[in-house]
Amino acid sequence: MMKTDVVVIGAGAVGCAIARELSKYEVDVIVVDKNEDVGGDASKSNSAIIHTGYDASPGTLESQLVVAANPMFPKLVEDLQVPFKATGAILPAITEEQFEQLPAIKEKAFRNRVYDVEYLTKEQILKMEPNMNPEVRGGLYIPRESIIDPFIYVQALAENANENGVHFLLNTKVTGIQTEDQKIRSVETTGGTIETKYVINAAALYCDEIAAMVGKAEYKVVARRGQFYILDKNTSCKVEHIVLPIPTKVTKGKLMCPTIHGNMLVGPTAEDLNNKTDKSVTADGLASIVEDVRRLVPGVKIGDTITQYSGLRPNRNPEGLHVDIWDDLEGYINLSGVRSTGLTLSAAMGVYVAQLMKEHGCRLVYKENFKNTRKGIRIFHEMSREEQDAVIKENPKYGNIICRCETITEGEIMDAIHRPLGARSMDAVKRRVRAGMGRCQGGFCGPKVIEILAREWKIPVDQVNKNETGSYMVTGKTR
Amino acid sequence: MYEINCDVAVIGAGPAGLSAAVAAKKEGAGKVLLIERDESVGGILQQCIHPGFGLTYFKKELTGPEYAGRFAEEAEALGAEVLLNSMVLEVLPESNQILCANSEYGMTRVTAKSIVLAMGCRERTRANIQIPGTRPSGIYTAGAAQRLVNRQNAMVGKNVVILGSGDIGMIMARRMSLEGAKVLAVVEIMDFLAGLTRNKVQCLDDFGIPLKLKHTITRIAGSRRVEGVYVAQVDENKKPIPKTEEYIACDTLLLSVGLLPENELTRQAEIEISPVTNGPAVNQYMQTSVPSVFACGNVVHVNDLVDNVTTESLQAGKYAALYAMGQLEGEGREVESVTGNNVRYLCPQRLREEKGAKANLFFRVLAPELDVRIEARCQDRVIASKKERRVNPGEMCSIQIPLDDVTDDVIINVVKEA
Repeated sequence: MMKTDVVVIGAGAVGCAIARELSKYEVDVIVVDKNEDVGGDASKSNSAIIHTGYDASPGTLESQLVVAANPMFPKLVEDLQVPFKATGAILPAITEEQFEQLPAIKEKAFRNRVYDVEYLTKEQILKMEPNMNPEVRGGLYIPRESIIDPFIYVQALAENANENGVHFLLNTKVTGIQTEDQKIRSVETTGGTIETKYVINAAALYCDEIAAMVGKAEYKVVARRGQFYILDKNTSCKVEHIVLPIPTKVTKGKLMCPTIHGNMLVGPTAEDLNNKTDKSVTADGLASIVEDVRRLVPGVKIGDTITQYSGLRPNRNPEGLHVDIWDDLEGYINLSGVRSTGLTLSAAMGVYVAQLMKEHGCRLVYKENFKNTRKGIRIFHEMSREEQDAVIKENPKYGNIICRCETITEGEIMDAIHRPLGARSMDAVKRRVRAGMGRCQGGFCGPKVIEILAREWKIPVDQVNKNETGSYMVTGKTR
Repeated sequence: MYEINCDVAVIGAGPAGLSAAVAAKKEGAGKVLLIERDESVGGILQQCIHPGFGLTYFKKELTGPEYAGRFAEEAEALGAEVLLNSMVLEVLPESNQILCANSEYGMTRVTAKSIVLAMGCRERTRANIQIPGTRPSGIYTAGAAQRLVNRQNAMVGKNVVILGSGDIGMIMARRMSLEGAKVLAVVEIMDFLAGLTRNKVQCLDDFGIPLKLKHTITRIAGSRRVEGVYVAQVDENKKPIPKTEEYIACDTLLLSVGLLPENELTRQAEIEISPVTNGPAVNQYMQTSVPSVFACGNVVHVNDLVDNVTTESLQAGKYAALYAMGQLEGEGREVESVTGNNVRYLCPQRLREEKGAKANLFFRVLAPELDVRIEARCQDRVIASKKERRVNPGEMCSIQIPLDDVTDDVIINVVKEA
């Protein structure tokens, strides 16, 4: 039987951030996730924005954590080498009605202690974003709203946690939790039983099912689907800031923003599902994105799309971010209601959960040899020609370009495979180095990446998966 | 940085690049260098192991590797050099330099007197045409599947639906059948075939594969691997007709929904790109808007027959050599070729007046038509005309026009014979 101090269920942004925070202390931590790769579900299919919390409900835990997390990012992304940019967000008021809402939004930001929101005139907005709807009347500027590579962010947290001693059990599903005398005793998984003192439920979409295992099912999680478009880097109608619509009572609405790699991201929809698995994109959903975003940026060229995807937000019913701890269940911490701000607040959630554990009698002793930095994959196309020449001479695999669209070399793919928690699937490679994320969507590099994965993991090609078990790429050899 | 100097540098050693190199050597160019990203020459023809190449050019039916092999051997015999495993990252037209990455030499700078772009094309993807549904494995562009099957000997699936009646799709329908897979349908949104008629006969009809014209795929199902697709009939606006949807269970979806010139380098070098073809706009010498840079093959416009690629690439190679030797006249009056009735695009897009010379204008029609007259007009004069029994968008048309007297733009019309 495996034995540990803490089991974190879920290897998304929040689970990995908690694991990394705990890896600063002398405790044994195991992260369990049903997926084959770290990165979670919602954490890898969202709008990739680090929020300020300007529009949170003032006084809530969500407001507290998002507002606290935002300023943590500049240091965090430097330590962990995560692509990040504080582009700022613009909230344009197109209609008179929207224009009249601006003071209330600014006021709400103030009550969330986000003091740097500024009014913008029509002229200022059109100068900052020439492609904005010329009917814009004015708006708000939120300077610290930022964009990030959400995949690398979670990988970096996980890799750094792993380097500091956290174990990850991937492809492993939690099937039960055993308690004894109102205390956590063990976690049962498809990979065996883990004896543990603490369980932290960061299972997001499935956190209600985990909570039910310990009889704490006080809420339900409904999957709220968000569909997105990604546009080609070469699209002619771009924006440089995050362009957010004025929210309605129903939804935060559909935005347009650059991704950290220079594509345009447009979306999302907000559709409540009656299941937790349907990550389809639909013709109606995509059409609604186009319709809504054209009100902000009329010239947006949806025909330049290189992919469409959807993500499932774990929407809590009743709503609200909760971190629960019960007197009659020692060692169990339940997180629920982590939604679109989860990527942002993950940075603060680690600290928050660690503090909560201390307050409930857990002795957390700081590790003297904690390593706070993580080395990212060296990115060939970002190097100068001289650096490129030097890196090829040092490792000739860097001279073999596998992904033409994004100029990704075999050297980078090898690094993605062989680093801690390395890539085992096509999507895992894609999320680490972007091979297959360009305009041909893996048409050229896909067949080569299959070969590299099979070679490096020493498996037959028909065992190379797109992502989860069963998502095989090829069926075997030809006749 | 590793340095190479040459007279003519050709980017891409597929059928276009090989033909251009052959022509450049024959024209008398000194050092001709082919720069190829793959580990061998031949380009996409290396995976086209089926016959049907060379019927026009060699009057003989060859396989893809055989067709490419002929030019590869000729290029070698004429002394053209090849730099393999070299991906070009940048073209600098002002200095006529090319920067490429090579595992053996590191970053390599090729300085040439003229450059030929011959990078070929890429396939349109699922995302380009926005097929709704899930994103499981088992969705391949036909060319990627062809590479896996024919070069990597990996079978991509067992029960296959193909969207698009492009040539590669139909050829893969036959290939998959020969490998023991069941091809359940080829689905085409238009009411006519996208590819060559001979491929429908040889690849679909002979294997009993149904072609569903005026149909499209409305949704992909399957969470991990493709489990099936929904196919519906479309109306005249190509919109799915409600209640015509049927579900076809399958584990693989191949897409043959069009090709686009690979214009990354063209764009990066700030060469003028035709908005219709997505390739560089050229004149009859296959010369781009940058005088020292020529282009040929599918990087210029997507061809259906490699024989046409060869014809136009031989021109590109010849004039690139003349340019390198200082024998191609500089500025001259250029007019445009203009699309008239039932013409989608024309190539070359620009024509230079040249006494005693003729040029082949390649073009595609917008819609199929029987018994037509193709005519080239310059001002009020008809400068060339010919009859065709049948034209359709899937098959490239051409007309030869004299360049003696192109005093104004040349308009091409395809009109129904009375």
